[in-house]
Amino acid sequence: MNEKPLFPDLNVPPQPQRDETGPAHTNADGTVTVLGYKSIDGGHESTEPLHSSTSEPTKPVQALILTGFGINCEDEFAAAYRLAGAEATIVHLNEVMHGHVSIHDYDILNFPGGFSFGDDLGSGVVLANKLRYRKNAEGRTLLDDIKQFVANGKFVMGICNGFQVLVKLGLLPNLSGNVTPEVTLTHNASGRYEDRWVRLKVNPESNSPFLKGIDTLEVPVRHGEGRLIIKGEETLAEIEARALNCLAYTDFDGSPTDVYPHNPNGADLNCAGLTDTTGQVFGLMPHPEAFLSLYNHPDWGRRKRQNPNLSEEGDGLKLFRNIVAHVQSQRPAAATPQEAHQFSS
Amino acid sequence: MDATQRTIQLLLKPGQHDGEGQRVAEAASRHLGLSTGRVQSTALYTVRYPVTDTQLRDFATHCLQDPVLHDVALDEFRHGSQYKSYILVAKLPGVTDDEGISAQNALGDFLNEPLDTHTQHIFSKRLYFLEHELPESSLRRLAEDLLGNKMINRFEVGPIAQIRDYTPRPGGGAESITDTVRLVGLSDEELVKLSKDNLYALNLEEMRAVRDHYTSIADERQAAGLPQDPTDCELEIVAQTWSEHCKHKEFSAIIKYRDADTGEEFEVDSLFKTYIKDATSEVDRQLRANGNDWLIKVFSDNAGAVRINPESLFVWKVETHNSPSAIDPYGGAITGILGNNRDPLATGIGGAKLLFNTNVLCFGNPEFSGTLLSNQLHPRRIFEGVRKGIEDGGNKSGVPTVNGAIVFDDRYAGKPLVYCGTGAVMPMQLAGLDSWEKKIDAQDRIIMAGGRVGKDGIHGATFSSIELDETSPATAVQIGSPITQKLAMDFLILATRRGLIKCSTDNGAGGLSSSIGELATISGGAVVELEKVPLKYPGLRPWEIFVSESQERFSLAVEPSKLDELLALGREMEVELTDIGYFTADGSLDVRFDGESVARIDMEFLHNGVPRKVLEAEWSKPTVQEPALPAKLDYTDVLSRLLGSLNICSRESVIRQYDHEVKGRTIIKPLMGATGQAPQDAAVVRFNFESWEGVAVSNGILPRFGDLDAYDMSAGAFDEAVRQIVAVGGKLPNLSYGDGNFWSVNDNFCVPDSVYDPIGNPDGKHKLAKLVRMCQALRDATAAYCIPLTSGKDSMKNDFKADGVKISVPPTVLYSMTAKIEDVRRTITSDFKQEGDVVYLLGETYDELGGSEFYQLFGELGANVPKVRFEAAKTLYTLMGQANDQGLIQSCHDLSDGGLAVALAEATFGYGFGATIELPQELPVHVQLFSESHSRFVATVAPEDVVAFEQHFGTRATRLGVVTPDGQLTVRYNGQTVIAADTAALRHEWTNGPVNRIIGFGQHEAAQ
Repeated sequence: MNEKPLFPDLNVPPQPQRDETGPAHTNADGTVTVLGYKSIDGGHESTEPLHSSTSEPTKPVQALILTGFGINCEDEFAAAYRLAGAEATIVHLNEVMHGHVSIHDYDILNFPGGFSFGDDLGSGVVLANKLRYRKNAEGRTLLDDIKQFVANGKFVMGICNGFQVLVKLGLLPNLSGNVTPEVTLTHNASGRYEDRWVRLKVNPESNSPFLKGIDTLEVPVRHGEGRLIIKGEETLAEIEARALNCLAYTDFDGSPTDVYPHNPNGADLNCAGLTDTTGQVFGLMPHPEAFLSLYNHPDWGRRKRQNPNLSEEGDGLKLFRNIVAHVQSQRPAAATPQEAHQFSS
Repeated sequence: MDATQRTIQLLLKPGQHDGEGQRVAEAASRHLGLSTGRVQSTALYTVRYPVTDTQLRDFATHCLQDPVLHDVALDEFRHGSQYKSYILVAKLPGVTDDEGISAQNALGDFLNEPLDTHTQHIFSKRLYFLEHELPESSLRRLAEDLLGNKMINRFEVGPIAQIRDYTPRPGGGAESITDTVRLVGLSDEELVKLSKDNLYALNLEEMRAVRDHYTSIADERQAAGLPQDPTDCELEIVAQTWSEHCKHKEFSAIIKYRDADTGEEFEVDSLFKTYIKDATSEVDRQLRANGNDWLIKVFSDNAGAVRINPESLFVWKVETHNSPSAIDPYGGAITGILGNNRDPLATGIGGAKLLFNTNVLCFGNPEFSGTLLSNQLHPRRIFEGVRKGIEDGGNKSGVPTVNGAIVFDDRYAGKPLVYCGTGAVMPMQLAGLDSWEKKIDAQDRIIMAGGRVGKDGIHGATFSSIELDETSPATAVQIGSPITQKLAMDFLILATRRGLIKCSTDNGAGGLSSSIGELATISGGAVVELEKVPLKYPGLRPWEIFVSESQERFSLAVEPSKLDELLALGREMEVELTDIGYFTADGSLDVRFDGESVARIDMEFLHNGVPRKVLEAEWSKPTVQEPALPAKLDYTDVLSRLLGSLNICSRESVIRQYDHEVKGRTIIKPLMGATGQAPQDAAVVRFNFESWEGVAVSNGILPRFGDLDAYDMSAGAFDEAVRQIVAVGGKLPNLSYGDGNFWSVNDNFCVPDSVYDPIGNPDGKHKLAKLVRMCQALRDATAAYCIPLTSGKDSMKNDFKADGVKISVPPTVLYSMTAKIEDVRRTITSDFKQEGDVVYLLGETYDELGGSEFYQLFGELGANVPKVRFEAAKTLYTLMGQANDQGLIQSCHDLSDGGLAVALAEATFGYGFGATIELPQELPVHVQLFSESHSRFVATVAPEDVVAFEQHFGTRATRLGVVTPDGQLTVRYNGQTVIAADTAALRHEWTNGPVNRIIGFGQHEAAQ
């Protein structure tokens, strides 16, 4: 606890910030082009690094995180991947739309929470619409690219507003395979936005690598439109049969429930998250990226008192560790991390 | 219907639950006594853009309709057959319509063509159908009270067979008209009338100063080809710049103070200079003498800045937005929070990253059942509107609302107080330059960034500097657009990191006239070309463009060589940037429209020409006495009633509608514990994910005590904020050489009109004396704790006048404090942690029930106002810091409203523990239980640490009892049990108090 010097060294002048300002790029035709947007740290450089406990892979897993237009959870999303040992890149949506950045250079495509375009037409609607209809110079939409991305065996994750976008795009649950919206997320049954902590149970039948080995987790919900509505009995039955309803809100005893506030929005099937049939596309209303550290939990004080050796990691980080490990494990043997070898034989 | 105008209607499919319709029906019945029958809510989009029938249908079904939820009707108003009446809610011309703009965005994407963004093509509306046939007057009442606000909405109501549509058609042609206003030769009466008619909010002496100035420069103006009389724009600029809101004339005035009881007299040469600025200079001297040089920027920029570590600054600002919130609570509050966000964003070079929001709200009793004055909104409605504004302003910007407070007092029923605070982090260096400095050279370009300019918010600065009355202007109301601002914010962060911006400022009160007027003082002048300013719609006159307070705008100073790169970045990020002129060094503010002079003002006169006010203050102690209470009281019942009282009860229903943990860095939230219902003292937020450093945030506000003594009220509020931070584990500053433990405090005074007038304000001298005493206490507190102020604000005319009645707020001051937390993992929450832990009282209780919530229960004020004993308090806080270093404290809750009894009860709310308490015999039991003496805490200690703890604190700690597992709170005194309560029942009382009842608990609504 005492490794940090108490006195700042007052004789050292302030150091210039090493902020990332985006990839350098010069245009051939002589006009000034500004190449987009890349993550900027919180304007506060580390004095006490918090090392991720995974060993250094030879080539880190690449996570691409979209931002701009009202998305606002990109920083913690990136932090989650970094803590899980991946390399996270935040880009403005227009960088992808304008072709400066290709999603195919990455392993996992991520849609963070927020209020994209203000959510004035229903959450996620305008962003989903942009991805579906806006064409780039080659006449392709971003949805075309995402379909290819998934077909290539890569992964897509959406949290909260990002989940809403995936649902309104028809990427979840995508039973038909032709990205037509089959379910929707709408106003909570309470009619109000709420920030509260919930308990989730993982559907043991789910095939998604995001959830492997996880039974339950605690996470905050922070939304006004998280109520999953499934159109038609057949759709509902198929979602259940294929275990696409991968997360359920539960009560204190761990049983799925429709009772407020344990189930905060009145979702069909008490469902908090969905995957597509491949398990590669995953979305959920609650915010695992907001529970990266024990100290995010509302009861951390008492829990730490009960068990002083409690892990300082939050439940939410498990999801990110899972997918990063899975992507690594899919790679050719040479790139498999050391750690995996140590435990495999 | 217009030939090119098409309508899209979205209706819920049969069987889908219409939550909004149900809420409208319930609210109409509950609040207005109107029986509507079923209500059906539908959304309307009016499209004024050439589209084919197919395009319209496809746009509606693919982009607007949710196929699971909605049916679509085109060019008709479809409704169920059982409905008899309708209400259409549209927006007035120029009012922010984010939903319409979003739909327009979607249309552009759908058609794959760029839409001309200079015109609004899609207008959003709501159309409601009511089952019952109601008279038009009832429908209108329902519309105005529940569905919108006549200041911003247009309503059409009536029988369903006669639906009238309304779509705003903003503006007429451009009006490049500049008039002159005759001043020279006007009499005093004419000057006063001119000021009132034009809402200049300048008094006679100020109007004379302007007239005399123009008389004295007549020759120069003639030589320069300018009219002798000022132009409308010039007078507007002077009025905005000289407004109380911008110039703080009363805080700069000479005040002659007299104590009527002692006969003592003295003169205050500016409250601001004497009690705030000089006090902070003295604190800074002491800090620097002890190696603490973290105070970087105070009072001279949009927000104060302190150094966190060698790499980064913490930027902190709290402001009020009271007058607009009284007229349009939602718009006032959202504009308040977004406007306050722009202050840290535009400090120094600009581009700080916002870390958190906080807010403190003062309202009238929301259960008020009397008659309202003309144009006075019901306190419940103000409460709900402001709450919603803060929800949208914070949540949609992705800034967590980490804590806050709500204070109720009938005297806030005319004008509510809406305090918004924002903390942010900025690198010390931006592209190699000191980030906190504002530098501008002549020839640097002036760039306006963000939203466009309309008539909204014209005269906000002057309007907030006068009393509200029933004729207050509608144009002063603005509605914020969080999404527009989020885009501008993302842009600003990146542009400053790339070194494209020399410095920035926010367009708030006074609009461009203030922001450019202020920036121009750095270089020594500016030329503004108003015809370049992008407008929301035509029809604005030049002076209106210059003073409009349309939101979400920044003014940037940009080196000419960086301009192209900056504009390219703006296009990439879809933020509108406009070059509207350049800075000069010729000493004048030169405003033009199409090359014609609109205003040319000498900067020296503009900023230093305002005459100083001389005001009188007279203090006399109020005649008060301690009340006689019933001899025998059931203290269990008293505690239960206190927990359910308006100012103590749970605010959970409000708190949970604010996102308090976006960014994933909030460590202590407003409600904690396994139950999520244990209220906390200060919020704690970590700065990033790479270190455990963080900041604690607290608010101190105690208006009740001001009825007894404004000095003690102010001192107490300051102490309250300090002790909340100490409770969570924060340490006082400057305890050791170079400890770097920064504190940053904003003071916010909100007082009623305190300028004496024998007819209009006969007790003005007394009110001003209260303000002086509040400031004296502030000076004493900063000196005692060595805590600096870094920024602040004063709002001087918080009165509401209508129908010959005046409702004035009690003199109120809020201290909003932030302090560095070295390691957030070592902070302490308020809830009991484990059975068997020993409970202590830290600090001393006095017979100080004056102004207490306990007396309030009996309708009494009392006399013995709590006093802050600064020396003793400082010693205790220092001891607590040391005890926390040794990990001796397991839980800590500060004592405030309701005293020890309420604090003990609240500490059990996190898990369902109980406590057995034995009070010492020194003071009467009701004093020990309910006195609100300052600088006290309830703390728990692990059994193994008891010896070390008692040794450390000595007589400052009083052992009270132990935490028990049985959920019973038992308090004994003198061999008797005085409180025996089930803590679950106490939590129930607290949770089911009036605030949660009024806002309503979240629950799944039953399907119809």
